[in-house]
Amino acid sequence: MSSSSATYPMEGRSIPERREPLIPNGVLGMLIFIFTEVMFFSGLISAHAIVKSQAAGQMWPPYGQPRLPVEETALNSLALLVSGVVLVLAWFAFKREKPAARIPLFMAMLLGIAFVGLQGVEWAALLADGLTIQSSTYGAFFYLMVGAHGVHAIGALGGLAWAFHKLDREELTSAQLATVSAFWYFVVLVWPVLYWTVYL
Amino acid sequence: MADTVVDVHQHEHAGHDGHHDPHWIVKYLWSTDHKIIAMQYLFTGMFMGIIGAYMAYVFRMQLAFPGISVPGFGQVSPGEYNSLITNHGSIMIFWVAMPVLIAAFGNYLIPLMIGADDMVFPRINRLSYQIFLVSAIILLASLFVEGGGFGGAWTSYPPLSAEGDYNQTNLGSSLWLLAVALEFVAFLLGGINFITTLMNSRAPGMKAYDIPMVLWMIVIASILFMLSVGPLIAGAVMLFFDQTINTGFYDPTRGGDPILWQHLFWFFGHPEVYVVLLPAIGITVDVIATFARKKIFGYKLVLYTAVATGVLSFFVWAHHQFIAGIDPRMANVFTITTLLISVPIAELLFVMIATLYGGSIRLTTPMLWALAFIAEFLIGGVTGIFLGASGADIYFHDTYFVLAHFHYTFFPIAIIGTFCGFTYWFPKMFGRMMNDTLGKIHFWGTIIPFNFIFIPLFVLGMGGQHRRIYNFQHFPELAGPEMYSLRQIATISLLIMLAFQAVFFFNMFWSWFKGEKAGKNPWKANTLEWTTESPPGHGNWPPDQMPVVYRGPYEYGHPDREEDYWPQHLPS
Ligand code: HEM
Ligand SMILES: [Cu+2]
Repeated sequence: MSSSSATYPMEGRSIPERREPLIPNGVLGMLIFIFTEVMFFSGLISAHAIVKSQAAGQMWPPYGQPRLPVEETALNSLALLVSGVVLVLAWFAFKREKPAARIPLFMAMLLGIAFVGLQGVEWAALLADGLTIQSSTYGAFFYLMVGAHGVHAIGALGGLAWAFHKLDREELTSAQLATVSAFWYFVVLVWPVLYWTVYL
Repeated sequence: MADTVVDVHQHEHAGHDGHHDPHWIVKYLWSTDHKIIAMQYLFTGMFMGIIGAYMAYVFRMQLAFPGISVPGFGQVSPGEYNSLITNHGSIMIFWVAMPVLIAAFGNYLIPLMIGADDMVFPRINRLSYQIFLVSAIILLASLFVEGGGFGGAWTSYPPLSAEGDYNQTNLGSSLWLLAVALEFVAFLLGGINFITTLMNSRAPGMKAYDIPMVLWMIVIASILFMLSVGPLIAGAVMLFFDQTINTGFYDPTRGGDPILWQHLFWFFGHPEVYVVLLPAIGITVDVIATFARKKIFGYKLVLYTAVATGVLSFFVWAHHQFIAGIDPRMANVFTITTLLISVPIAELLFVMIATLYGGSIRLTTPMLWALAFIAEFLIGGVTGIFLGASGADIYFHDTYFVLAHFHYTFFPIAIIGTFCGFTYWFPKMFGRMMNDTLGKIHFWGTIIPFNFIFIPLFVLGMGGQHRRIYNFQHFPELAGPEMYSLRQIATISLLIMLAFQAVFFFNMFWSWFKGEKAGKNPWKANTLEWTTESPPGHGNWPPDQMPVVYRGPYEYGHPDREEDYWPQHLPS
């Protein structure tokens, strides 16, 4: 290897070895997917902001449309946030000894289900009060954004249920748990932003 | 993956002669081998390309010879005309350029060029193609439903696209939107795979700067796609609800905002043009390095430039809306960002030219395509600057000048780039060489007519000819004999260009079966895909011979070596 090749960066390499990936495949794939999801919700949030800023007479909610149940939903949101925290506990429990993750994982799911269920109850009440997806852009954005979040929550709960099932059969790996948890954290963390946008 | 441990050579052939045996169709559609999935994308893309070209033929005939009964179609009604141009554009961008440039080349090349046996998520990969296929079928079906196919342009602006009363294609519009949305889902799944595979599965020793440029470009394009498509999906859901359950997101009479769609669409739409551009640049750069026998000029420069272009591309979208009523001060900002983005694009072309300088150039068919890419794309880029200047664009907007501009960018990307990559990797894909003479006949028979199609359209555009008009006879100032002769030149050139594609298809099928055997490395190239059999077997390399990487991909003409190339996998 002569000096004329000094500009060639590959000179003097040791025998190459296969490295462990920095982030496991599943988790990395999920993170990339979450980036897309963040952009999806950013799209909804900016669309909402544009339409809201142009509302006739700056009336938001528009005349004749019910006010959203801000306080009840705040409590409900708390359930979701706690569920996120419990899932973190499940992760640490899993790291210590796998079966110990069962109870916190189950609790996190239960809280998540409670959140989705209470949102459903809220929708039923609002529909009865005359707020529908056609009644105004106010209603349309409400159902669109909260609904989109709900669909994600249900999907993520499905992921947690799958992890629970795997854990039961002692097949769950930490990469798998990290993958489904990452999606649930996304669902939990995007909610306060949506709550702030839609309800407040 | 156990379901795909089948002899690969049989697999490879299932595409063309496997139709007698239903068992094979099942195997073929359910394979998780990245090479098979690449072929599925490639041939589906080609098939859609033929349909898109047929549409262009029909509406160009109507434009040059209004009212004629077009051979192979019949008389074109205004509704049909609108549907033809809409679906032509949608097909060429979403069902030809994306599947071929990103999905087909990405799937084929990523594992082979990084020395991996497959993608990291093979089953997601298979799902991606299946969703893509369904989206293509839905799009084609939408042309035959009651009311006809959607005719509101590939940009699908509301209220035209949202109201059945306006567009008269209630079902067609919704199916079109559904097809586009499914296509996005397919590419999301593909993109996750591409990015993760490139990051996690590289051969031992392959560092970031040893990755062949085409892979970087495909992966940067995937990242751009993933980041820009979210808002459009949000917008598409809103449009779909407006169409089907009568919401008012885009209806100004009900508090909605039609311009909102334009923002969401172009926030995606402009990055999208770089999504298709970057892979084509990557292919061209790689081909130029191989046939100029030179290291590419400024590997890191190209890489960082592409990243910078990607970042900038998120800040130019409103140059499509200069006359949609946006604030003129905002128009100034977007003029500046648009002019800025032409700097990195120019840089990429200069890099290609600098790579050629002093090289020992071999004018093979793929090299001709690569050189043509530089020449033709240059015209597209330069005309973009006129459009980016908001003052000039007030006049040019929605004229044939815009149309010629983006065909001078898009044709080099989707057609020239594809032929460049296809003729270059054909020996690897099918194990045989393509005929070079036929390749060159096809090349000249495509490039010369291409210019004769679109240069007249620049002139017509500057003469005030608007886009999306069914019959210019209804506009006396656009119906003069000079304008008609320009239109006829364009249409006749199109016919010539289409006729020359027969040479390509003949060459492809003939070479596939009868071509000269290619061997492992017919072009004496450095990258890893040339170290395995042509076509590669299942798993790409025998498990005990997976390649290991010692150097970058462009070590041509190294002073210390006898041979003028130095493959990445040789210890020294
Ligand atoms: C060199 C950089 C480029 C610049 C400065 C540029 C600028 C522009 C501008 C300002 C317009 C809007 C014109 C109008 O509607 O009045 C436009 C339209 C368009 N450009 Fe480019 N462009 C560039 C590169 C590209 C590339 C690489 C592609 C494609 C792959 C592309 C595809 C298009 C398309 C499809 C349209 C028309 C969209 C429509 O249907 O309205 N452009 N370009
Ligand atoms: Cu643009």
